[in-house]
Amino acid sequence: MATETSIASEPVIRCESVYKVFGKNAKRMMKECGGVVDPVKFREADCIVGVDNASFEVHQGELLIIMGLSGSGKSTLLRCISRLTQSTAGKIFIEGQDITSMGNRQLIKLRRNKMGMVFQSFALLPHKTVLENIAFPLQVKGISTKESIKRAQEMIDLVSLSGRENYFPRELSGGQQQRVGIARSLAIEPDIWFLDEPFSALDPLIRKEMQDEFLRIQGVLSKTILFVTHDFDEALRLADRIAIMKDGIIEQLDTPANIVLNPATEYVRKFTEEVPREKVLKIESVMDPVNPGDTFDDISVSSDAVIETVAEVVLNSRKPVSVVNGSGEVVGAVHASKLVSLLFGGHSKETLAQEALAQKTSDRAS
Amino acid sequence: MMELLRERKYLQFLLLIVIFILMCKLIPATEGNWLWRLPSLLAQFPTFIYESVTFLMEDWWLIDVYDPDINEYEQKPLVREITRSIAAAVLFMIELVREIMLGGVKTIVAFTSWDYVSDNEWAELPGLPWTVVTGGVAILGYHLGGIKLALFAGLSFVYIAVFGQWEPSMQTLSFVLIAAPMAILIGLLLGIWGYKSKTVANILDPILNVAQIMPHFAYLIPVVVFFSIGDHAGAVATIIYATPPMVRLTMLGLKKVPPEVTEAGRMSGCTDWQLMRRVLIPTARRDILIGVNQVIMQCLAMVVIASLIGAKGLGSNLLIALNGLRIGLALEIGVCIVLIALVLDKLSLAWANKPTDYFADQSFKQRHKHSLWFLGVFVVGVLLAWIGSFQFKEGFNYLNVIPHNKGITTEPFWQWGVDKIWDTFFYPLNEFNKWFIVEVLAPVKKAYLAMPVAATFTLAMGTAFIVGGIRSALIVGGYLLFIALTEWWDRALITAYLMTMAVLIAGAIGIVVGTLCAQHSTTSRMLLTWCDTLQTFPSFIYLIPVMMLFGVTDTSVLIAVVVYATIPAARYTVVGLNSVPASLHDAATMSGVNRIQRFLSIELPMSFPHLALGINQTVVFALAMVVIGALIGTDDLGQLILGSLSDREGVGTGLILGFCVAFIGLAIDQILRTWANQRKAALGIPD
Ligand SMILES: Nc1ncnc2c1ncn2[C@@H]1O[C@H](COP(=O)(O)OP(=O)(O)O)[C@@H](O)[C@H]1O
Ligand SMILES: [Mg+2]
Repeated sequence: MATETSIASEPVIRCESVYKVFGKNAKRMMKECGGVVDPVKFREADCIVGVDNASFEVHQGELLIIMGLSGSGKSTLLRCISRLTQSTAGKIFIEGQDITSMGNRQLIKLRRNKMGMVFQSFALLPHKTVLENIAFPLQVKGISTKESIKRAQEMIDLVSLSGRENYFPRELSGGQQQRVGIARSLAIEPDIWFLDEPFSALDPLIRKEMQDEFLRIQGVLSKTILFVTHDFDEALRLADRIAIMKDGIIEQLDTPANIVLNPATEYVRKFTEEVPREKVLKIESVMDPVNPGDTFDDISVSSDAVIETVAEVVLNSRKPVSVVNGSGEVVGAVHASKLVSLLFGGHSKETLAQEALAQKTSDRAS
Repeated sequence: MMELLRERKYLQFLLLIVIFILMCKLIPATEGNWLWRLPSLLAQFPTFIYESVTFLMEDWWLIDVYDPDINEYEQKPLVREITRSIAAAVLFMIELVREIMLGGVKTIVAFTSWDYVSDNEWAELPGLPWTVVTGGVAILGYHLGGIKLALFAGLSFVYIAVFGQWEPSMQTLSFVLIAAPMAILIGLLLGIWGYKSKTVANILDPILNVAQIMPHFAYLIPVVVFFSIGDHAGAVATIIYATPPMVRLTMLGLKKVPPEVTEAGRMSGCTDWQLMRRVLIPTARRDILIGVNQVIMQCLAMVVIASLIGAKGLGSNLLIALNGLRIGLALEIGVCIVLIALVLDKLSLAWANKPTDYFADQSFKQRHKHSLWFLGVFVVGVLLAWIGSFQFKEGFNYLNVIPHNKGITTEPFWQWGVDKIWDTFFYPLNEFNKWFIVEVLAPVKKAYLAMPVAATFTLAMGTAFIVGGIRSALIVGGYLLFIALTEWWDRALITAYLMTMAVLIAGAIGIVVGTLCAQHSTTSRMLLTWCDTLQTFPSFIYLIPVMMLFGVTDTSVLIAVVVYATIPAARYTVVGLNSVPASLHDAATMSGVNRIQRFLSIELPMSFPHLALGINQTVVFALAMVVIGALIGTDDLGQLILGSLSDREGVGTGLILGFCVAFIGLAIDQILRTWANQRKAALGIPD
């Protein structure tokens, strides 16, 4: 999580008005338009706008998710930041260094020491075994075979692939291949971790498992992460902040709760309409102030817990549940009835649910 | 009417045929009639080429070269000096390998002088005994691919030695061991360059197209002009011939590398060189290895042809055997060539696929196990050869080299077989042969020669127009115009006649056999394996058995061409039919069509693009073989090319003739490829 102190320091990634336009006439069109991109005009000049005026910062240890429909420019933005493509205009700073003007040698050094990337199609080297694939970035860097194999072995253990060191990618399932992809991207211990729809090619069950795995790994390593997905559920499970893109433009960049509760544009509102609130909102957004003399249940919940994760506890308690902040002070209270109305929406349902709750209470009492 | 004509392609085609026949009937075959034959405006072109080349070699850009013999500077033409150095370098490498295998003095001469060698008797490479080479190859096979490969490689070399082909085989091998790696390297470099630069790719593309269809002979003449004759010239011709498929497949393979894999390489921190060497080339290895395989096959296919310009070895022996109608001997030599090809191919493949074991913590002895084995084999082999030198008193040391005429031979058996066949089937065979020539070949040939040039143009360009529009028609017309303006239009017609006959028969057989085999996965696989094996045989091998039956006639050539050209037709049919998605089969079956209907209405149209490409390959194969047929006597373009070889001023003639053959192929290629691509687009099949 981004803490107050790290915001004050230099961000790990900083984009200033980044544009990426594809096409032969891109540079010229960019110069002529003076920063205001009209997609129609650009298309007439055989130019496709990939990223349109992207400005944001990502801080140490933060997980920023880039979301949007297919073709909205997510991958392009990611590729600009990792400089797999050269952005057409704007500046991109990685730890204060402008990478848009970086020479080839410096760039390679940066990638060898600071960046790791995971790809949607896994992009493993078909002729290398699991072990060789993972050791590859290390060997490219010039680390001795022995050393890099040892390090690769650690990575294999990290992604739970022990025993498959000598398999070839074609002999692995999709989920296993992506584990290799993840291990490879982490082998050089990067500070910045790029993931471009890493789980989109996987079955839903495997995807869930891989997300858990990802959260586990991130819990251990806490990298600065740019994570591209088009799956809102995935975004909500993982994100510190979410950037929503449309036609190359970042429509909104904010915390999950703010995006759902205060959509900046009509597009974002539509996008988030179907999202269940309890998956996004934290307890603090539904808690009531503490009145002197309130009595609470024995258990308490954390103020920044997502509602869905603690709903059962709250609903199963007879009294209101106290809400505590990071340092353990009681800052509010949640009532089951409030959760019920949030979870089940509309009025009639609410009363129904309340009755059910009353039923439950009386059952217990007797 | 016009509406209908515009809609229906087959109606257009019918109309075209009618016009074509009318033109054939109406245009009189008179000298000077341009509709009958075009004047040979390009007749001076060969002389012009000859003169330019001579100028280039003799007078262009003179440079001062120091001559140590007379201790003075002399003026010499640059081009000649360059080709001479290349020739010397290539020759040195070939001689080096050859003398390691067979012994000799030339390597030592290269570092000293002839005088030195004649003064010092010891100054000679002894050459390895055949036992050592064979053992070495087997160990190499074991090292790279395990026991099976070891046995195969070892036994192949035993065969070569025992059948008394050791010396020519090692000569051929030394030549291939230099030519193939050079072709592979040059092909790889050009392929990479073409991958990196769009401009280079655009330049390479048409050159590769022509090179693919140019007959083998056509390369010989320019090579002789620039490099004179000898092993090095053979090697240069072979390299020129074998490189294009390598270039093409390298480019193809690199282009097919998924962009994300490239990006993964970049993000791993690869430099450009590391990216190419460790990511792109290995990822494209499937195609590149096919290229390597092609190079090796082409090299061995060139063995015989290169012998025409002085390459020593199996090739010239085979040619002599063929010309002397010694079928058995030719067969044994042919088997040697095929075995060398297969051993080299399998070894190179195994080398490319060899895995590394990172965990084994091996001692020096374990790591160099195979080298130590070889050392053992070397000592034992040399010892045996030494003992043998006492044992065999009559001058042949069988444990060193089994001499040429002292090996086992099955020739009497084959000769007996041939005689038997001739005795038993002489009349039916001869009758068939006579009937076929008189009743089928001669009339068709006559009909081809009776075509007025205007009619030929109308038919070819019209077909191209119907298939691919005005652009295709102009391209095809351009190719034909070139041929028509040379003095060899009639010869080209003969080549075309042999080729079309062969393609029709081969196409029919290939498609039928392919279709039958495609019905079952086992038979499909069997057929594909057969095709792979047959394709490794150098083309002239096919001439051996047919000559056994039909002697030196058009029939022999035609049958050899048909057999050779059936391979791609069958292969593409099977691949095409198997590529029809199974879901379509099921959908068709569910809608109640029977097997035949399903074949006609679904599988055939769906696999049509593959079939068209198969026929295209059939044409290429057939053309190559028709020209090779000149070796045993036909009267088409190939014969002329062969003739121009022995002509001092033949460089222009040979080249132009080569282009003529290539352009026939390219014209057909243009039509078939356009057609296939259109069908592909219409059916939504990606390339
Ligand atoms: N190399 C390229 N050349 C031209 N257009 C491209 C290229 N790469 C991406 N685009 C275009 O840029 C837009 C954004 O693509 P992308 O970033 O891949 O979208 P996303 O990853 O969100 O699906 C798309 O319209 C796509 O067609
Ligand atoms: Mg994408």
